[in-house]
Amino acid sequence: MSGLLRSLTIIAACSLLLAASAAEAAGKAPRHLKKNAASPAVAATYTDSGPEPLLAKVFDAIENNRLEVAMQQTEMLIKAYPNFRLAHLVMGDLLLARSRPLMAFGEGGGPAAGEKVADLRDEAIVRLKGYRTKPPADYVPRYLLQMGPEQKHAVVVDTQKSRLYLYQNDHGTPRFVADYYITQGKLGADKTREGDRRTPIGVYHVTSSLPRQKLGDFYGSGAFPINYPNDWDKRQGRNGHGIWLHGTPSDTFSRPPKASDGCVVLANQDLDTLSKSLQIGLTPVIISNSIEWLSLDDWQSERTSLLKNVEEWRQDWESRNLEQYAKHYSHKFNADGQGYQGWIEQKRKVNAGKNWIKVGTGNISMFRNPGKEEYVVVTFEQDYRSSNLSNQMKKRQYWIKEGGSWKIVFEGAA
Amino acid sequence: MTKIRLNASRLLASAVSVALLALAPVVRADALQDINKQIKQGQYPQALEQVDKYLAAKPKDAQGRFLKGIVLTEMNKPNEAIAIFSKLTEDYPELPEPYNNLAVIYAQQKQYDKAKQALEMAIRTHPSYATAHENLGDIYARLASQAYDRALQIDSSNSSAQNKLALIRDLMSTAGRPGKITKPIADTRPVEPVKLAEATKPLSAPAAATPAATPATAPAAAPTAVPAKPVETPKPAPAKAAGDANAEITNALDLWAAAWSRKDVKAYLAAYARDFKTPAGESRSAWDAERQKRIKKPGAIQVSYENLRISVDGDSATVKFRQHYKSASLKTSSNKVMLMGKREGKWQILQERVGS
Repeated sequence: MSGLLRSLTIIAACSLLLAASAAEAAGKAPRHLKKNAASPAVAATYTDSGPEPLLAKVFDAIENNRLEVAMQQTEMLIKAYPNFRLAHLVMGDLLLARSRPLMAFGEGGGPAAGEKVADLRDEAIVRLKGYRTKPPADYVPRYLLQMGPEQKHAVVVDTQKSRLYLYQNDHGTPRFVADYYITQGKLGADKTREGDRRTPIGVYHVTSSLPRQKLGDFYGSGAFPINYPNDWDKRQGRNGHGIWLHGTPSDTFSRPPKASDGCVVLANQDLDTLSKSLQIGLTPVIISNSIEWLSLDDWQSERTSLLKNVEEWRQDWESRNLEQYAKHYSHKFNADGQGYQGWIEQKRKVNAGKNWIKVGTGNISMFRNPGKEEYVVVTFEQDYRSSNLSNQMKKRQYWIKEGGSWKIVFEGAA
Repeated sequence: MTKIRLNASRLLASAVSVALLALAPVVRADALQDINKQIKQGQYPQALEQVDKYLAAKPKDAQGRFLKGIVLTEMNKPNEAIAIFSKLTEDYPELPEPYNNLAVIYAQQKQYDKAKQALEMAIRTHPSYATAHENLGDIYARLASQAYDRALQIDSSNSSAQNKLALIRDLMSTAGRPGKITKPIADTRPVEPVKLAEATKPLSAPAAATPAATPATAPAAAPTAVPAKPVETPKPAPAKAAGDANAEITNALDLWAAAWSRKDVKAYLAAYARDFKTPAGESRSAWDAERQKRIKKPGAIQVSYENLRISVDGDSATVKFRQHYKSASLKTSSNKVMLMGKREGKWQILQERVGS
């Protein structure tokens, strides 16, 4: 009898956790995500790697008052992930519930453990939420407008969900590959200043690979720096440096959802898997507060409309009709200290001496900024030929929405 | 650490219960009683000599062997004690006590899984064997504590140091049984021949029956553990002051139990300090109302306690006891821990929870 009542009490405690999780999910997840959570046909498209499936089973078992089952599954979880602190905490609760009633998640951790328990509770919530509200298969992150042909994969991070999604480039269409739990900055996202312990929001790419041997144990199985601050960030006066994707210390399976100094931290095994898909200097890493998902139809129409703009810009440049060409540039345009007027005047002078211009744009990639600032980063191989000058370069443009149409606000060599 | 001692007393208790079970001839009973007395007085080498002599004549005698196991445990010869208790479990698989004592030794060696198995065997033979249940609870608590250590990365070297300190404090400031509080340490492990009777009592209180456990009213916004004050007192109070405080606290607790029993809500609530920390963090008035509702339910209530242990530290005290509660619909016994404090010259309850 007492055993049953103890069970009931721990259920009350765990329900607290799950109720909070459900409430949060209900408040924030897009409608289409919720309906999907129950559909096994769609969920089957996703890899079930990581501890979430078992973790979800543990909490289901607790909810259904099957504490023996919950304990067996927690044991399996610990066996599979020996340094998974959350699993040890749940184990502590399950064991302690046999000797006394529990009121709160992780209560037996003692008075000094409050903050750590809160961290693990947060981790449990985001992991379960991430597992139960997987994005539907026919939806893609809005930001992946156009992956370049060389870019085999793209990484999209959702800081609110503590989740990293890996997409494969299937002839320009992003296809989901896997998703992983991540840790973001201690004080959340939207980095602006050095030392603000925040994770930047924006469109970045992997710039290099730092092998385990060159790093301390703290960074785990390796690190991949990204190009924060990017051109846009610098224009906004943002500073700081050393934002990496990296692993966890050897005695730690995962860190709390908010714990880093701004880096994106993955479990070592996840980083190892992910690293196989990362191309230095190529793979985009788009970090968002909360991913916007578009149906493939909507995504396709956004993409087509932007591609059309870029194509018109290319043709108007070739036409040597400066009025047409200038229409593609924002009045806020600024590059290398040159404002809109200066830029147009210079182009006018250059064009005057030319009989013809041919512009090729190859390997176009287009990524929308996930932050509050609405802009798209367009990168391509520019093949410029004219009657008196030819050159080839990799160009990067930042397009913003101005008066309802897309305009270039900044461009330069990538 | 403190619980090792507790377990040891349970271990002794079981010894006597076996002795009581036997309808032995007078001579044999005398010999066993002498050995028991020597154990009580801590004269282990003498007790060992006696029990060996006894066993020389009756090598198969279960009680003699059992007592020898206890002596060896007390003499810190765990492996020899394990051998004796193990053999007893083979020869008398129906007796829960040898399993229980095996578990106590395994627990001392931190072999909690083995301890758990032994206790599960004890409970399988005697499903209502309270001591085994209590010990099993302790084992789960320790396994839980290990799990929490791993989860929260508590510095174990540091915490073991704290445990040692706690043990010293515990010996200085508390006694093992009610009424023995001011007596010397040597007397803190009396053998209680009534222990076996406990096996027939319900194991522990249903959560809802006690004020400390009201899961239904726990607010959803209480995700973290309630930061309780350290249970152990940091330094032993002077013996005289502690004695006075012990008497005052016992008195306060008697008034509390009496008020509850006669359903005097006003007097009952007066036992709780104005800064009483409600168990689920609800407001004091909400908690008061809930208590009043429960206490005012029709039918008589009877509340008593036993096994009172008090650790005083200046103006606060940790008070542990076993609470017996009987109402029209419910009869329970449970271990309780209270944090009490002196408020305007009166000892009042600051925190209350089920547990040990």
